[in-house]
Amino acid sequence: MSALELRDVVIRPRTGGDALFAPLTVTVPAGTITTVMGPSGIGKSTLIDFIGGHLAPDFVASGSVALNGLDVTGMPAEARRIGILFQDALLFPHLSVGENLGFGLSAEIRGRSARRAAVDAALDQAGLGGLHDRDPATLSGGQRARAALMRTLLAGPRALLLDEPFSRLDPALRQDVRGFVFDHIRTRSIPVLMVSHDAADAEDARGPIVSL
Amino acid sequence: MTQTDGRALRLFVLIVVIGGLVFPIVAGLWETLRAAFGKLPAIGAETWTLAHWDRLFALPGVATSVKLTLWTGSAATLLSLLLASAAAAAWHGRFANAGIVRVLGPFLAVPHAALAIGLAFLIAPSGWIVRLVSPWATGWTLPPDVATVHDPMGLALILGLTIKEAPFLLLVMLSALSQLPVRAQLAAGRALGYGPTMVWLKVILPQAYPLIRLPVLVVLSFSFSVVDMAIILGPSNPPVLSVAVTRWFFAPDTTLIPAAAAAALLQTGAVLAGCGGWFAGERLVAALGRLWVLRGGRGGSGDGRAVASATMVLVLGLGALSLTALLLWSFAWRWPFPLALPESWSLRGWAWTNGGWGGAFLNTSLIGLVTTAIALLLAICWLEGEDRGGWQRARWALGLIYLPLLVPQIAFLYGLSVVFLRLGLSGGMVAVVWAQSLFVFPYVMIALSDPWRALDQRHFRSAAALGAGPFRRLWAVKLPILLGPVLVAAAIGFAVSVAQYLPTLFLGAGRVATLTTEAVTLSSGSDRRVTGVYAVLQAALPLLAYAAALFLPAILHRNRRGLKGGAA
Repeated sequence: MSALELRDVVIRPRTGGDALFAPLTVTVPAGTITTVMGPSGIGKSTLIDFIGGHLAPDFVASGSVALNGLDVTGMPAEARRIGILFQDALLFPHLSVGENLGFGLSAEIRGRSARRAAVDAALDQAGLGGLHDRDPATLSGGQRARAALMRTLLAGPRALLLDEPFSRLDPALRQDVRGFVFDHIRTRSIPVLMVSHDAADAEDARGPIVSL
Repeated sequence: MTQTDGRALRLFVLIVVIGGLVFPIVAGLWETLRAAFGKLPAIGAETWTLAHWDRLFALPGVATSVKLTLWTGSAATLLSLLLASAAAAAWHGRFANAGIVRVLGPFLAVPHAALAIGLAFLIAPSGWIVRLVSPWATGWTLPPDVATVHDPMGLALILGLTIKEAPFLLLVMLSALSQLPVRAQLAAGRALGYGPTMVWLKVILPQAYPLIRLPVLVVLSFSFSVVDMAIILGPSNPPVLSVAVTRWFFAPDTTLIPAAAAAALLQTGAVLAGCGGWFAGERLVAALGRLWVLRGGRGGSGDGRAVASATMVLVLGLGALSLTALLLWSFAWRWPFPLALPESWSLRGWAWTNGGWGGAFLNTSLIGLVTTAIALLLAICWLEGEDRGGWQRARWALGLIYLPLLVPQIAFLYGLSVVFLRLGLSGGMVAVVWAQSLFVFPYVMIALSDPWRALDQRHFRSAAALGAGPFRRLWAVKLPILLGPVLVAAAIGFAVSVAQYLPTLFLGAGRVATLTTEAVTLSSGSDRRVTGVYAVLQAALPLLAYAAALFLPAILHRNRRGLKGGAA
């Protein structure tokens, strides 16, 4: 069964203190975008970190994360095949736009020309055709967000986490980029979990909503 | 990421640091201690005795040497700190930090010995300054009979140390200030009616000083223990204690060695006493300063920044002139007093065969490259180990890094040579590389730590989410983003290695000649041309490394705007 399942997830600060939120059990089926809503500071990003395998050492967590029936809770981040889109695009500053996508592209695609073709196709899809050699620092906010999505999708993730990916974009762009991201994600039929405090995000996602 | 990530890496680093860094220092101190109390089997001394201490105190000039050490070390440190604080106040916020770093970089890169030789060429009675003003202003046709170098008060030594240490402390101070809300506090203080100078003295410096205390102690310990610069500029008879100790260790009479070991311990005591005095001074200044601050005096609007700037520029100018003097002498042929410039020029000093600077040059480069590579590798492993475990730097770890810089070199280097002799490593390149690494590693580590920790960790989460494992994250993301800082750290490491005098002398057993050992030896001779060549080369190597560290990333990352601000 293709889904991302969280069971009894509890995260608390390592130094002791209360759990960030009540024990969380959610199943995110493939092909849907589930939104986790909550006020800022409640630990939405920490939840994303936990699911993706990036939990900072200041936190301890219990509960489990399963992807397509496989428990990935103890696995290192790079082995989970869970993609993340962050608030910032976080394109690597030392690589060109195309090289960034190439970094993401799954190693199963072999051969220099095949890889280049895959990257160029992704750039075209994202409306970034011809920008392969550009410095990522020179892209506009919307272009960066689209490049980051393409980089993530090229890695062939089995699930996707969205950590308030549109909150840093200005309102005029936000709807545009959101439409682009959601359209691309829906074609993948993978489970997607988004955290956000923006009701418009949740509405556009047209999926279940969980409140922390 | 779990706590066990990188455990093997951290264990490896810990073993290397304990075995490679702590062991030599502790074992070296122990052997020096044993020798000082009579146990030195190599010369047939087998019984515990205090006789060597009696012999030490009977040596001529010991008391004067101790006094000179305390005086020159404290004065140079205090002067450098004052100058650096004043210049930091004058330049912070006015000039971009990156620009100041670029100007100061060469002063940090140039070895102490080269600068000292240049300064001697500049300020000696027959030096360039006197030549520039004679005879038209002074009427001198012969060099005046005044000791401006090797003066009994150690003023030349204090000046030389200040030219080297003030830029270092200024850099450290600027980096500390960037962690403080200086602009907001200046505004707040001035809104309360305090003049800018008063806000600096009463508000900002008291916050900045604790952040630079460790580097100040390093400067203090270094100034008490410096040998090469003290040989070139310091009082000659009696010299400062560190020079005297070195002479006794290398005296033809080997029965003097245990007394020299005792003197090395005395040197350690002097450093400890100096640090103790410094701590007491800190408390006194803090207590008096608090009273002063509470009295609420506002001071006028006048600010001393122009004076501060001018003094620092003067010090840097002396440094630059010293290096120019080196260059002039290395190309001079006939340069009779009191001509301002050489009468005839020659490349003879530079001839590869003449005196053979080629061997020393190759030795220096090779030792520098290997030492830097070792130190850089260890520093990267250490930082990566911390990252993987999500560790903060513990206080004991910071202590470990600073240990080789705080313990006086001479206190353990002789003992270490005894240990290496037993291990069959003495007098070879391995021993010299090992000994130099002790001093190169801390600087590389210190230089790399801040930029490493300033990295946006989300880049690595991002890379991990794309399926990149820990090694690929390090190799393909972290190190390329850090290319600038890594190269700067390497250049600093290389400069530290090139500058090493005592470790090369003791562990090379006089058989490994580097530009530094040769330049120091030649500096007591009379041929300024040959000395100039060695000193120029000694200064040029680190400067080249430093230039490469600045230009390589600029070329490799020329189309990467995102790396230009924070990385350099």
